[in-house]
Amino acid sequence: MSLRSAGVPATGDSAGRAVDQRQAPRKRKNFLGRQPLGLLFSAPYVIFVLAVLAYPLGYAVYISFHQFYFTAPGVQVDRPFVGLDNYISVLSDPEVQRSFANIGVFLIINVPLTVGLSLVLANALNRVTRLKTFFRVSYYVPYVTASVAVVGVWLFLFQQNGLVNSILGPLAPNPSWLTNSWLAMPTVALYVTWKQLGFFILLYLAALQNIPDELYESASVDGGNKWVQFWNITVPGVRSASVLVTLLATITGANLFTEPYLLTGGGGPDGASTSPVFLMYQKGILQGNPDVAAALGVVLVIGVLLIALIQKRLVGGKED
Amino acid sequence: MSIFNKAPLRNDDDGARRPRASAPEGAASEAPTPGSVPSRKGSSVAKRKNLGVGSFVLLALGAFVFLFPFYYMFIGSLQTSPDTSVGGAFPSPANITGENYSNINNSIDLLKGLANSGIFTGGVIFFTVVFGLLVGYALAQMQFRGKGFVFGMMLLVQMIPFQLLLIPLYVMIVRDYGLSDSYLGMILPFAINSTAVFVFRQYFMQLPSTLFEAARIDGASELRILWQIAIPLVRPAIVTAILLTFIGPWNEFLWPFLVTKDQAMEPLAVSLANYISNIAATASNPFGAILAGACVLAAPAVALFIFFQRQFISTNIGSSVKG
Repeated sequence: MSLRSAGVPATGDSAGRAVDQRQAPRKRKNFLGRQPLGLLFSAPYVIFVLAVLAYPLGYAVYISFHQFYFTAPGVQVDRPFVGLDNYISVLSDPEVQRSFANIGVFLIINVPLTVGLSLVLANALNRVTRLKTFFRVSYYVPYVTASVAVVGVWLFLFQQNGLVNSILGPLAPNPSWLTNSWLAMPTVALYVTWKQLGFFILLYLAALQNIPDELYESASVDGGNKWVQFWNITVPGVRSASVLVTLLATITGANLFTEPYLLTGGGGPDGASTSPVFLMYQKGILQGNPDVAAALGVVLVIGVLLIALIQKRLVGGKED
Repeated sequence: MSIFNKAPLRNDDDGARRPRASAPEGAASEAPTPGSVPSRKGSSVAKRKNLGVGSFVLLALGAFVFLFPFYYMFIGSLQTSPDTSVGGAFPSPANITGENYSNINNSIDLLKGLANSGIFTGGVIFFTVVFGLLVGYALAQMQFRGKGFVFGMMLLVQMIPFQLLLIPLYVMIVRDYGLSDSYLGMILPFAINSTAVFVFRQYFMQLPSTLFEAARIDGASELRILWQIAIPLVRPAIVTAILLTFIGPWNEFLWPFLVTKDQAMEPLAVSLANYISNIAATASNPFGAILAGACVLAAPAVALFIFFQRQFISTNIGSSVKG
């Protein structure tokens, strides 16, 4: 810590000259910057990103334009360029169309619910002083828990003679939630909303800290009630957070795999809850058509980007 | 690859506007530690209390909805026969057993699963902390050519959707490199968490650069500066980074599911999922066994998070630098 105490006088003018003197003999190295070692420090991360993330990104696009087979390591096979064939077979596949429609249903339920509930709960959390930690932790618990674990208890709760149906009594849907082709996808959407909400509450909580208290004070002086304050101060005040929450909720929805795989037993009933990523797994890895699956991935990402752009227009409002 | 990846992008704005907003999840910014409450502005507290009742009821309702499934998971894991009536939500001494835990342990080796999850998660945390600290420090306190490129890359990477990487990564790691059924194959796509890198960079940025210049003048090597000065000052960042890195691999299902064929290599999330989808139907009390496995899988994450919650809130980089 002696170095640290030396730091105090170093802020003065003398230190400035000392730095310059050290720099003078290093002029030759300036091409790489004042601390070229930074390159070495960054190297592992840069190599990781290029090799494990950037390269596969390009590879995915390459695979989607070729007839691609899985091979054993080191085996060379001919993988001819097939243009848009994989894309045509993806887009004309009724199963794929169904999965995109399912994701549409998912997003229509999940995104507004997520944005609305997380903002309302974050706003409430921001106002109370008692038990605040308890509430925040309890909202966060589903988010930090493995979906595989929580799926277990949801299966238990929502089965034919589960607790939810025994509370509902005669109102219970038949066939039950997860085996009902109308209710399977909405139930999955509800599950994901519940699971992810804590994370979005935290995002909103951070955003709420940026709204100055004075705004609320002057609003209450002017006679604005809580409702007026919420719509005219809170909602516009967290708009950029809302854009982010919408975007992230959409990306989560597009990534849906574990839930249709486990909660509805592989996208059931009868494909009513299949998701594009589930089909990527099924077509690419189980059925050995990685080219089609890669094309499906590209289509999915383009779709998400388009939806994100539209959402940004809608939610972002005049701010942009 | 979790959704968590994107969080600090927003907090960058926060950090710029409010230098003291250090905890990336906004945890510290609304820290409700008992000591901090009286120090708030008096008028604001009084006002908030008036508004508090409705909010409080809403929050309590929310907490019930969020926590009940966990309570029910635990109760269900102890039931001899599943009781799905309303009364079954309360523990009854006649219907309690530990058998479900031994049943699930007979079908899937819980300890082995936990160990695999631990190695997978630990590996990711190790690579993230070691290489993340290096690059985070370099980005915050070093001047070098290509710094802007590295920083831009770190931000962009967090936008890459995992579903697009799924097939090429599978082709590369499982088929080309032959890394199926290996820990390295599981760890590789997650090895350095970019969000954690971002957190490290943010914390290092808040340290005064004069501190590091002085150390350089005194002739300390960059590695020594990092190890002896910078890292001790950002310990809370390491806890934060470990917590948010932990969530990803511990809970990840799809990738280890694709990489492992050998049951002895499966992380617990994968073996439990396989139990749910394949074996459960043949068990005498399938839900009891599933819920017992779920409790074992959920417990470490929940415990870790609750345990570090206090530290997560009260440690504030602002005070640790000043103090």
